[in-house]
Amino acid sequence: MTSTREEIVQNPYLPYPVRIDEIVTETEDKNLKTFKFVFLDPDDEKKFAYHAGQFAELSIAGKGEIPIGIASSPTEKGFLKFTVNKVGLVSSHLHAMKVGDVMGVRGPLGNWYPWEVLEGKNVVIVGGGFAFTTLRSSIIYMLENRDRFGEIHVVYGARTPGMLLYREELAQWESRDDIHMHITVDATDDPDWKYNVGFVPPITEQKAPQGDGDTYAIVCGPPVMIKFTQPVLDQKGYAHDHIIMSLENRMKCGIGICGHCNVGREFVCKDGPVFTLSQLNQLPKEY
Amino acid sequence: MTTFQLDSDRLTEGIDRLHGQYRVIGPVAEGRFHNFRPLQPGQKPDFDFRNTRMSAKQLVYPQSQVMAEYHLDETREDSHILKEVLPDETPRAVFGIRPCDADAFGLVRRNFDTEEYKDPYWIQAYERATLVGLACEDPCRSCFCTSAGSGPYSTGGLDALLVEDPDGGYWFQSLTEKGERLREAAGWKEEAGSGVEDTIAERKKAAESRIVSQVHTDQLRNQATLDLYEAPFWEDVAFSCINCGTCTYLCPTCWCFDIQDETHGKKGCRMRNWDSCMYPLFTLHGSGHNPRGEKIQRVRQRFMHKLKYYVDKYDNGIQCVGCGRCVQYCPVNIDIRRVCELMNQRGSTGAACEV
Repeated sequence: MTSTREEIVQNPYLPYPVRIDEIVTETEDKNLKTFKFVFLDPDDEKKFAYHAGQFAELSIAGKGEIPIGIASSPTEKGFLKFTVNKVGLVSSHLHAMKVGDVMGVRGPLGNWYPWEVLEGKNVVIVGGGFAFTTLRSSIIYMLENRDRFGEIHVVYGARTPGMLLYREELAQWESRDDIHMHITVDATDDPDWKYNVGFVPPITEQKAPQGDGDTYAIVCGPPVMIKFTQPVLDQKGYAHDHIIMSLENRMKCGIGICGHCNVGREFVCKDGPVFTLSQLNQLPKEY
Repeated sequence: MTTFQLDSDRLTEGIDRLHGQYRVIGPVAEGRFHNFRPLQPGQKPDFDFRNTRMSAKQLVYPQSQVMAEYHLDETREDSHILKEVLPDETPRAVFGIRPCDADAFGLVRRNFDTEEYKDPYWIQAYERATLVGLACEDPCRSCFCTSAGSGPYSTGGLDALLVEDPDGGYWFQSLTEKGERLREAAGWKEEAGSGVEDTIAERKKAAESRIVSQVHTDQLRNQATLDLYEAPFWEDVAFSCINCGTCTYLCPTCWCFDIQDETHGKKGCRMRNWDSCMYPLFTLHGSGHNPRGEKIQRVRQRFMHKLKYYVDKYDNGIQCVGCGRCVQYCPVNIDIRRVCELMNQRGSTGAACEV
């Protein structure tokens, strides 16, 4: 009999223990916080080798787990960052935790933005609201490897200036000449606001380059933003296999086994979360 | 393959001899039904059943299972850190599994044992069990195993097979090394007379001919996913469903689970529990959005998963072994055989539904 314990090197359900190293409240409504985690065992960091666009299960003993996109970039060493919206049992508990508290991170999980395909191409990032987390990871990754990509455009919108994530970094990126930032808010009464005002779809229409074979769009945001951005990208000539999206669904295992996030023949957690629009066109819209 | 002859006494004595080396499990009558339960020394498995009410899946994949444990006591070094809890490693000998239920292990394994991820709980429980099947002579009216990739004498997933000898007693065939080891431990040595293989083959053929209900699955792969998904018949199929989840609960090939933490005082465990795509909570997002919030979407998901998505994903038949439990126990008479015909025939004209 083959001894299965030797075959199974790693139990994929067990999180790596981490310590909360820093907590930053990102938005004026205080519902979004960025948590910086450090691995208790430094060797675990090597095992947690990830790509921009992947996610992980944040695991709190006694509460459960939540699937959250990794906001740090693989080029940032020594820690992981996740920006978490306060929504349910686990995220609310996490929001009440303190620096120094111990919890778990299980992953990295899922696929990632297709960096091999994007190499040498122009990349247009379109993000809205708190879906900007893996996009932050991607921007930092691309800027660290700037010579491997063509033009980079970022359209990022939030309801108000105070609801934008990573405001200091946004300002830094604005000042660079190798990335075209198009930050926007739905509305503001701030007289000093020097960026765009308007929803993401019209700003995309005004600012994003025309689509062509060498230009890819990565779109991440609330359903309403996606719904109105897609016709804009269609009009600009983006082919559906050049539009890349990241899905969310209720998840438990994160490794394609428990069945929760199943959409068609795919599991969002394992076969996704990143799909091209052409792939999504073949699937039931159950996400 | 050698076939061994066991009279009833020898069967019981052999099973009794296994205690100590194995935890012995077999069908036991519980009210009007049979279910798999641990057998005590001296206790016989009760083979007087058509099929157990609960499928054999729970032997490998219990309805509730602890995966990890933790302490919340801050004075402990390992406070808040999850520790693996693996199932009991004692080998188990299970008697009386119907071949359809055993075939289900093969289907389900594709989900739990993948190239990228191995589910240690499922794999270990399966590998540590020696599964002795009981060939099926008297099918239920709802059985359709022969057209669902299984059959009354199917040996998939089994380590050994027992076939009832019409003259009394049983024939025993080992199918794997594990099955052979169990036979040696049980002390079954008397070889059956010559010609027994032919007799068994004839009985197998006769048993197969008693499965009269069939499904057709040949067109499922060719159907366009979105066309099936948008087919008008789902409204009708789902109409009477009450989303009770009986079908997924009894199904030997349904594998979905939920993960929950349960804390008592300063310690607790993370466990998994069978879940069902029939329930709205299964897909509810934190935002309140629910991609399968309507009953029709959930009913469609169950059938599409078993009869289309699984077929496309693994190219290895449908995710169903034809045990018929969902047909038999559905409180509103939803019949997977009928749904399968609707799906298989979609687009073709003039074909009538046979069931």
